[in-house]
Amino acid sequence: MTTAFGVETPGMHVARGPQEPPSLRALRYWAYQYKRTWRGSITTSFLYPVLYLAALGVGLGSLVDNHAHHVDQVRYIVFLAPGLLASTAMQIGGNDATYPVMAAIKWMRTYYAQLASPLRLLDVLLGHMGWIAVRLLTVTVIYVAVMAAFGTVLSPWAILAIPAAVLTGLAFATPIAAYAATQETDTAFSTIYRMVLIPLFLFSGTFFPVSQLPQWLQYLAYATPLYHGVTLCRDLALGQLHPVLDVLHALYLAALAVLGLWAAQRTYRTRLVV
Amino acid sequence: MPETADPTRLRSDAGPAPLVEARQLTKRFGAFTAVDAVDFEIAPGESFGFLGPNGAGKTSTMRMISCMSPVTSGTLRVFGLDPETDGPAIRRRIGLVPQEDTLDLQLTVFDNLVVYGRYFDLPRHEIRDRAKQLLEFIQLAERAHERVEPLSGGMKRRLTIARALVSNPELLILDEPTTGLDPQARHLVWDRLYRLKQQGVTQVVTTHYMDEAEQLCDRLVIMDNARIVAEGPPHLLIDRYSTREVVELRFASGDYASAAGRLDGLASRHEVLPDRLLLYTDDGEALVEEVRRTGMAPDRTLVRRSSLEDVFLYLTGRSLVE
Ligand SMILES: Nc1ncnc2c1ncn2[C@@H]1O[C@H](COP(=O)(O)OP(=O)(O)OP(=O)(O)O)[C@@H](O)[C@H]1O
Ligand SMILES: [Mg+2]
Repeated sequence: MTTAFGVETPGMHVARGPQEPPSLRALRYWAYQYKRTWRGSITTSFLYPVLYLAALGVGLGSLVDNHAHHVDQVRYIVFLAPGLLASTAMQIGGNDATYPVMAAIKWMRTYYAQLASPLRLLDVLLGHMGWIAVRLLTVTVIYVAVMAAFGTVLSPWAILAIPAAVLTGLAFATPIAAYAATQETDTAFSTIYRMVLIPLFLFSGTFFPVSQLPQWLQYLAYATPLYHGVTLCRDLALGQLHPVLDVLHALYLAALAVLGLWAAQRTYRTRLVV
Repeated sequence: MPETADPTRLRSDAGPAPLVEARQLTKRFGAFTAVDAVDFEIAPGESFGFLGPNGAGKTSTMRMISCMSPVTSGTLRVFGLDPETDGPAIRRRIGLVPQEDTLDLQLTVFDNLVVYGRYFDLPRHEIRDRAKQLLEFIQLAERAHERVEPLSGGMKRRLTIARALVSNPELLILDEPTTGLDPQARHLVWDRLYRLKQQGVTQVVTTHYMDEAEQLCDRLVIMDNARIVAEGPPHLLIDRYSTREVVELRFASGDYASAAGRLDGLASRHEVLPDRLLLYTDDGEALVEEVRRTGMAPDRTLVRRSSLEDVFLYLTGRSLVE
């Protein structure tokens, strides 16, 4: 039955679409939203590594290389680049799991729109975290390409630095999303940035080997996820593999991402299903 | 007229299996009871209303029916299914217009419909066709490719209604569909809801506008303080709980209590409001004459038919719209 305005009998459908997994349907929303900003975002993804590698790698690096005769037997820029890759992934993971989560709960209420559809809470969560993974993937692919252009990729293993960096980003994104879902306002987010992400960025082995730190700070650094992300990415980019340790780095990051997902599933439920 | 405010069944019992059925349905937030053991049934094709003041528990009830909020106790069946176990299957068949819009303000009007349709796994071409039709239907076609953010509140509301229809729902849940709309936009929405009803879309509407309830609902419940205090078709509720006409008197003195005392016995019932005195009678004009004969000179006199507002006043002793 077709009516004056062409709407069929309620509940009837002309054709069923290809069955798409529900979490992928939730992810599509984020992709749609990205359509608006992707140009600027991709440009930033190029500019960021170019600027950092030029200033710190080439500029500062020439100083370091002259005085210290290389860090860990490689030029400073080669040492630095994979660390920046992992740190960038951390920052994107952290950023995308704070303000957008708050927006989807309070400002735009996207999660509620999704929960009114056949999607389940877990689909909604996986959709958003899946999108963050996609974002991390695009950014890290570009980053590794820029690293190669700067001549800092020494081994084909570097290709695996891409998933390693994505994993690093997710290890931050899921626990931070779990936390963000408990917040009433966004005031805590800048604190996370200042008190967690920036100190990690500075002291987790991105700019200098952790062995330069006092002993007690070294242990602290080992405990942080970014240290494991940086070390794993660096081993892969330089082709200096430590198979057992590298697998442990990856497992640590994966465990954190999964734990974060589990926690987020709980905080999301408490927040959204009342 | 019955002495108590007990819910009185006015619907004939025979008929098809209910689309929504609630028994002792209860919702608590911590120690606070938002919905207190309510019973109701909604038949296929019916337009069913929840009328009540702020905080009565309407939205809490809507959210349980739309399987977004877990039931605390009692039973709820939607399409014969249990929301606790069959949430996705039920929501697949529901269109929800929530009290607060959940539109994406950055996306265009059209993309809001497309994205939402994807949640329901509808084929892309079908969503696009429907989105175009629905934007015509709610008169937003010219704005299709504009961002939502700058649209007026009324336009956003209409878009939310269109979005709820993208999935071709059997049950449309409208939580205050026209709050904040100008009269013209309200009438547009009422007209569209009426057309949907004629196509067999079952509707559940909450409102605190009695005219809206009378316009849209075949049958309604009046909610107050988490409970249902009356149930029935609007005109039967008015017949049952009020007189045919109401005389509204305003006095310059503003002393309505003593005025009510002096007029005692003239009307079958009266209500004293802060700004007027209501006298309930079956013949308004005759009563106005009698008031004049007592020598009282009201500033303004109005005779009108009884409405759901009077029913609410009778049942709760309070006005619906403060
Ligand atoms: N998530 C919640 N947590 C605690 N209390 C809540 C929650 N949601 C609703 N309530 C309370 O439950 C009561 C009923 O709220 P509800 O939103 O169902 O009322 P309503 O009839 O829809 O009112 P309105 O006409 O203002 O929309 C209110 O007192 C409200 O404060
Ligand atoms: Mg409400």
